[in-house]
Amino acid sequence: MHIVVCVKQVPDTKIIKINPKTNTLDRRSAPAILNPYDAHAVQEAVKIKKMLGKGIISVLSMGPPQATAVIKKSIEIGADRGFLISDRAFAGADTLATSYALSKALERISKENPVDLIICGKHAIDGDTGQVGPGIARRLDIPPVTNVIEVSELNESESTVLLKRKITSGYELIQAQVPCLLTVEKEINSIEYSPMPNMIKAARYEPVIWSVNDLEDVDRTQLGLKGSPTIVGKMFTPPKPEGGKRLEGNADEQVKQLMELLSDKKELFAPQ
Amino acid sequence: MSEKFDVIVVGAGPAGTSCAYTCAKNGLKVLQIERGEYPGSKNVMGGVLYRKQMEEIIPEFWKEAPLERPVIEQRFWMMDKESSVSFGYKGLEWGKEPYNNFTVLRAPFDQWFAKKGVEQGVLLINETVVLECLTENGKVVGVRTDRPGGDVYADVVVLADGVNSLLAKQLGYHKEFRPDEVALTVMEVINLSKDKINDRFNLEDNQGCTIEIFGDSTKGNLGTAFIYTNKESVNIGVGTTLSSMIKAKLKPYDLLDYLKTHPMVRPLIEGGESAEYLAHLIPEGGYHSVPKVAGDGVLLVGDAAQLVNAIHREGSNMAMASGKMAAETIIEANKRDDFSEASLNQYREKLYQSFIIKDLEKYKDAAHTFEHYPQYFKEYVPMMNRAASKFFTVDGTPKRDKQKEIMKSITSERGTIRVLQDMYRAWKAVK
Repeated sequence: MHIVVCVKQVPDTKIIKINPKTNTLDRRSAPAILNPYDAHAVQEAVKIKKMLGKGIISVLSMGPPQATAVIKKSIEIGADRGFLISDRAFAGADTLATSYALSKALERISKENPVDLIICGKHAIDGDTGQVGPGIARRLDIPPVTNVIEVSELNESESTVLLKRKITSGYELIQAQVPCLLTVEKEINSIEYSPMPNMIKAARYEPVIWSVNDLEDVDRTQLGLKGSPTIVGKMFTPPKPEGGKRLEGNADEQVKQLMELLSDKKELFAPQ
Repeated sequence: MSEKFDVIVVGAGPAGTSCAYTCAKNGLKVLQIERGEYPGSKNVMGGVLYRKQMEEIIPEFWKEAPLERPVIEQRFWMMDKESSVSFGYKGLEWGKEPYNNFTVLRAPFDQWFAKKGVEQGVLLINETVVLECLTENGKVVGVRTDRPGGDVYADVVVLADGVNSLLAKQLGYHKEFRPDEVALTVMEVINLSKDKINDRFNLEDNQGCTIEIFGDSTKGNLGTAFIYTNKESVNIGVGTTLSSMIKAKLKPYDLLDYLKTHPMVRPLIEGGESAEYLAHLIPEGGYHSVPKVAGDGVLLVGDAAQLVNAIHREGSNMAMASGKMAAETIIEANKRDDFSEASLNQYREKLYQSFIIKDLEKYKDAAHTFEHYPQYFKEYVPMMNRAASKFFTVDGTPKRDKQKEIMKSITSERGTIRVLQDMYRAWKAVK
């Protein structure tokens, strides 16, 4: 089984600062990391490979040359090899143009070694759109299954896989036809502490880097900024919620204060 | 069996990276293991990087390394409660090539330095803790990391794991610290605009300044405080030996707060925003605390070998120089294919013939003297301040009478004989 995991390098949004003038992320203020959901996607591929006792895991990313770092990180987790598509022509891509470029790279990977399963993270923590995974599936004409929390019963002879999918009111069990594309939630697995041989392999690993010329049948008008119809209308930082009021005194006094506060707030009650 | 390397370097600070870089540059197969998320993420120092020893590893490093400011002025303050006697040197020649030293922030600098090593072929592995050295018949043959399948082997293991080298302790090279052998320094990085720094410290463009503060900065205990200017922040910190801290019942963070709100210091950092809080142990035992530095298949470098000159706040330069000496020794040993203690002892010889041990020997009794005789920090600093105040206050008293009065007050406070004894003792400790 050949599994391809799509990964993205993102700024660590836990510590990133926002430029107060432009309302955009100040990318220098945070280190670049492997998108956490994508780390779980790689881990799941490793789990599946272990479950089957065979297979090959490729990772694919798009980004500037320094994005090779997330491919190396994926090798640490247990991927076998990695590809980075990196070219000025890809710059400024929205989710539509990104899924187009990645699908072209997947076509090339598939040509050498047919792909059975594509795994993506649920979304990237910098954009939070969750559109690239399904976008790739649509372009490759394979079924997308989003928000997956469990992969089981991989039947290679029947080419089916049983998936558990998180929905608002519970979960769904889905049997999907392989090849398909999954996007995974964090609870699907826990990231294992990488073994030392993987660490050494990753430190040595040089990912394959493709430019736009290495991909076939590419319509350049669908790439990068040119191929991106998304327009950001406005960006703003939501104000931090103010701290609540703390009532002091004994229980009776506090109840009295609370009643006074509530009765003052007429807007809380429906008009009579 | 897992893969075997020529050298395993434990730690990616200045000592470890100097060693790994030099070994890899000379064609050795090097594995460097760092416990932090990236090199520099856990490394702390006051912030002065010396040009000379760095240049011997990477010539003209200042053209590309992430440095803060070249230091063109070094000030020294003998500080009392509401006054300070200061002296220093400012020279514009230090602002030009080849420079004297620089202020740096360790996180970007160490990361850059380690990357230079990787470019030379070092295999760098982060986020991995070395648990112990693997030994066979008393010879170190590799290390055990905390990862699954975590044993790796090498001809030589270099311990660059810092001041509290657990690995050296396990090998029995280190003893547990005595409280007077080690200082605890706490520091903050305070963000300030470039303009404010330049105005307040009397600097232009990217000129840097360092201030070392003695006396009330440590409430009269053995230790120093410092303020170093970065591009858009200042490092401010204070350290005393653990023994003084225990004796005076001081808490390190209280001492730092005391320093930050001291009337001599406060105006320099007013309005700054605290960006980082750091703490670090500094080996201050000097000459007497240097452990065994070479064994069968193992070498100790930098802080792990306790190579710090506390009097001149030199440490990172000694770390780099020792790392390079260790590398040169390993390269020679590799040619002979002999990694026994006798062979690796070449490193010890190099170290003892260099400025490192010579400087540590020069000051071998200094810390002990100043710790044992607290009058230097507790009494003489305030005395100097009173003397300066008296001498420079214009009140109609003839200067000669003032001089006499000052001398009289000093000798009457401590007694002529004792003053002479103190002076002789201090001179002997640092001569």
